[in-house]
Amino acid sequence: MRNLGPILVVLAAIVALWYLAAVWMNAAWVHDQAARDGRAVTLAELVPLTLTQERPVLPAPHQVAKGLYDGLFGQKVTSKRSLVYHAWVTLSATGLGFVIGSAAGMLLAVGIVFNRAMDLSVMPWAIASQTIPILAIAPMIIVVLNSTGVTGIVPKAIISAYLSFFPVVVGMVKGLRSPDAMQLDLMRTWNAGALTSFAKLRLPSSMPYLFASLKVGIAASLVGTIVGELPTGAVAGLGSRLLSGSYYGQTVQIWAALFAAGLLAAGLVALIGWAEWVTLKRMGLAR
Amino acid sequence: MRDNAAVPGAVIEARGLDLVFQTADGPVQALKDVNLTINKGDFVSFIGPSGCGKTTFLRCIAALEHATGGSLTVNGMTPDEARMRRAYGYVFQAAGLYPWRSIAGNIRLPLEIMGFSKAEQAERVERVLALVDLAGFGKKFPWQLSGGMQQRASIARALAFDADILLMDEPFGALDEIVRDRLNEELLKLWARTGKTIGFVTHSIPEAVYLSTKIVVMSPRPGRITDVIDSPLPRERPLDIRDSREFIEIAHRVREGLRAGHGDEV
Ligand SMILES: Nc1ncnc2c1ncn2[C@@H]1O[C@H](COP(=O)(O)OP(=O)(O)O)[C@@H](O)[C@H]1O
Ligand SMILES: [Mg+2]
Repeated sequence: MRNLGPILVVLAAIVALWYLAAVWMNAAWVHDQAARDGRAVTLAELVPLTLTQERPVLPAPHQVAKGLYDGLFGQKVTSKRSLVYHAWVTLSATGLGFVIGSAAGMLLAVGIVFNRAMDLSVMPWAIASQTIPILAIAPMIIVVLNSTGVTGIVPKAIISAYLSFFPVVVGMVKGLRSPDAMQLDLMRTWNAGALTSFAKLRLPSSMPYLFASLKVGIAASLVGTIVGELPTGAVAGLGSRLLSGSYYGQTVQIWAALFAAGLLAAGLVALIGWAEWVTLKRMGLAR
Repeated sequence: MRDNAAVPGAVIEARGLDLVFQTADGPVQALKDVNLTINKGDFVSFIGPSGCGKTTFLRCIAALEHATGGSLTVNGMTPDEARMRRAYGYVFQAAGLYPWRSIAGNIRLPLEIMGFSKAEQAERVERVLALVDLAGFGKKFPWQLSGGMQQRASIARALAFDADILLMDEPFGALDEIVRDRLNEELLKLWARTGKTIGFVTHSIPEAVYLSTKIVVMSPRPGRITDVIDSPLPRERPLDIRDSREFIEIAHRVREGLRAGHGDEV
C-alpha cells in the first residue's frame, strides 16, 4: 500500500485542525463560566475544558468517535438510541428509492434513445425537475402522501427516487448513444433490426456509463432519504437523529449521525463499485 | 445465386447512377452518371482523391446509401434485397471489434444475428480464423491484438457468413507499410482460395495495381469514373511483380487517369 502514507498524513492534519478549531470555538463558553465565578482560566485549564463539554459548539474528534461507537455498538440494535437501527431505517428507504429511481431512469433513457418525441419532451422536464430545491418539495410530497394514507418508507423512497433517476437518465442516454456510426452501419449490413442492435450493441456499450451514473445515483438516493426524514416529525432514521440532535443542542449526536451517514454512503458506493467491477470484468472491459 | 439477365456473370451493375446529398450548404453531387459492371470473381479497386465518391459508391452497393438516379443491381436484385440475402460482407477502415467480446465472439456476432445454430457458429468461426491466419487467437480480446491482427479479425467477421461479395473501404489505410504489404499478399491468397468478388477502396496506386483485376479511377466534384483499367497481370502475383514492366505501365496509366481527372477541374 504505497498510497497509505499520504492518506494518513492528510488525515492527521485534518484531525489536528479539528482539535484546534474545537478549542477555539468552545473557549467562549469556558470563559463565560469562569467570568460568572469571578475567576480567570489559564491555557492549561482551558484546553481540557473545551474538549470535554456536554454540548460543545464543535465536538472534538474523540467525542464524535465515542458517540459514533456508542451509537453503533453500545446499544441493542433494536434500541431507539442505536445508530444501527436508524441507519437501517434510512438504508431501507434508500434502497427502495434507488431501485425505483434507477429503473425509471433506465426506462426513460431507452425511451429517449428510441423515440424522437420522448427525446424532445422528456429531457427538458427531467432537467427542470432537478432545478427545484429538494428541500422545498420534500415536505409537500410527505404531506400530500400522508393525507392520502401513504406513510412509512414509501414517501421517503419517492423523494429518494426523485433525486436518483436523473443521473441514471443522463448517463444511460449517453451510454446508449455511444456506439459510433460505423458500428451502427455494421449492424445494418448484417440486416439487424433495432431490437437486435439494442441488445447486442447499444446495451453492452452503455454499461460503463450506467455504472458511473449509478454511483452518483445511489449517493443522491441517500441524500434524498435523509432530506425526506427531516420533516416527518423525527421518528426514525439518520435524518431524524440530525433533527432531534439540533432541537436539543446535542451536537455530538448530530456529528455521530453525520458520520454514520457518511459511512453508509461510502459503503453503498463501494457496493456499486464492486458490482461494476464484476460486470465489466465478465464483459472483458475491466483491465 | 441468380445471374444477371443483361450481362452474364455480372454481380454488380451500375447504370447512370447519380447520388445527390442534400446538405445545409445545398446539394452535393457525390456521384454522377456512374456506369460500371463488376463480374463474378473480380477484384475491383476504386482509386481517386478524397471526396470523389469512392466510399459513397461502396455504400450504395451495400444499401447504406440510396442512389437518387439511375439503376444499381447486386446479383440481379436491388441492393436492399441483396442485403436481405446476406450478399456481402463489409470491412471498414477501423476494425470496429467490440471490446467486450473475444475475437471468436466478435466473429460469431453476425452469425448470432443471422440465426445460425451454435454448432455451425463454432465451426464457421474456426474456419474463418484459419483463413485469416488467426487460428488459436479466438479466446483473446481485441486489445490483446495488434492493429493488423484486429483488421484480419474484422475480415474474418465479414467472411463468416458466406457472402460472395466482400466490400472493403480503405481496410489497411491505418496500418504501416510493412503490415500492409503482408496483408495485401494474404488478401490475394484469400481471394484466390474463396473466389469472392471484392470491391476495394484505396488511396495507394501500388496497392490498387498489385491487388486488382480491374482498377476504377475516379475524380471529384462531381464524383465520377474517369477510367476503368482491366489488368493484364496474371492472377498469381508474387510481391516482386511490382518491379515488372507491365506493373509499372499500369501504375503509370492510373497516375495519368488521376492527373487528367484533376486537370479539368482547375
Ligand atoms: N452523408 C453525407 N452527407 C452529405 N454529404 C456527404 C455524405 N457522405 C459523403 N458526402 C459528400 O460526398 C462526397 C463524396 O464523399 P465520399 O464518398 O466519402 O468520398 P471518398 O470516399 O472518395 O473520399 C464528398 O464531397 C462528401 O463531402
Ligand atoms: Mg472514403
